[in-house]
Amino acid sequence: MAVEIKKFFFIVLRLLALAATVVAIVVMVRSHDSAQVLNLTFTAKYNNTPAFKYFVIAEAIASVYTIIVIFLSSKSLLGGLIVILDMVITVLLSSSISAALAIAQVGKKGNSHAGWLPICGQVPKFCDQVTIALIAGFVAPVIYFVLLLCSLHAVLSPILAAKL
Amino acid sequence: MALQNGEKPKVGSSSSGLIRVVLLLRVVAFFATAAATIVMALNKQTKTFVVATIGSNPISATLTAKFQHTPAFVFFVVANGMASIHNLLMIIADVFAPNFDYKGLRLAVIAILDMMTVALISGGVNAAVFMAELGKNGNSHARWNKICDKFGSFCDRGGGAIIASFVGLLFMLLITALSIIKLLKPKSHHNCSSLVP
Repeated sequence: MAVEIKKFFFIVLRLLALAATVVAIVVMVRSHDSAQVLNLTFTAKYNNTPAFKYFVIAEAIASVYTIIVIFLSSKSLLGGLIVILDMVITVLLSSSISAALAIAQVGKKGNSHAGWLPICGQVPKFCDQVTIALIAGFVAPVIYFVLLLCSLHAVLSPILAAKL
Repeated sequence: MALQNGEKPKVGSSSSGLIRVVLLLRVVAFFATAAATIVMALNKQTKTFVVATIGSNPISATLTAKFQHTPAFVFFVVANGMASIHNLLMIIADVFAPNFDYKGLRLAVIAILDMMTVALISGGVNAAVFMAELGKNGNSHARWNKICDKFGSFCDRGGGAIIASFVGLLFMLLITALSIIKLLKPKSHHNCSSLVP
């Protein structure tokens, strides 16, 4: 009975993580805005920055991994392998959100010392969409870290019970 | 409980070998992250540029590139500093109190703290890498000019700090994997061996 509740809890957490990563990908890929400045069309897309490209790729890898694990966990518990892969995916997601946040901060506030002007004033829609994608992308590694602790606990509890 | 007659179970040779390997890896990771912190924290370059020429008098402006100007580099320094402190504390705990245990939670706490440190280092180093890439290549779509051609040694030192942090991240990943393996190894065979005459 407790095992069923635990499995259900796991699947709910993984579905939440999947939702967060998919939302981040979709919103980031569809973010687009253009502005006319002095007869020049100024388009902003996620492609322009390698940090946002890396963000989309990392979230895509995490979603594919989540889908695979959701389908696999209903069959068997691979235990240690899932713990290690969960850790790798958590590290990947946290690195991708850090990189995207660093570049987005420069886009929003600019960097007066380097002579970089903020672009959010010219393309506000793009900035809003990227903000939503980054919030979803921030929730994803948090959920993944909770999942990592849960799978570690699930693998450890039979061993701890055998020790005592 | 696990201990009978108040005696500690003998640690097998394979387990103490693992402990020594983890300690060695922690020392290397500590030096790598400490080097990254120090190199980036001392990263500063001042250059004087000739901005305009009025008549025959050149007007020059002095520009400084410091790591504090970029929040990503500040986060990099803070993250690597915290990782170095974590590694130092773990080394001290392993050297001076190897058998201190609180309800059998020691290995679990070490593994969880290691995982948190890995996530922290990876966040810091990746933010710094993409900011450095922006400084090196600029971004034509956002009209952001590259700065590495003017502040060459600032960029070089920053690159060196980032490489050191990546090395530290790699070693921290190994350490975390080994800590999880130590956690998952069943300890029951140590107790059974003490019963065998």
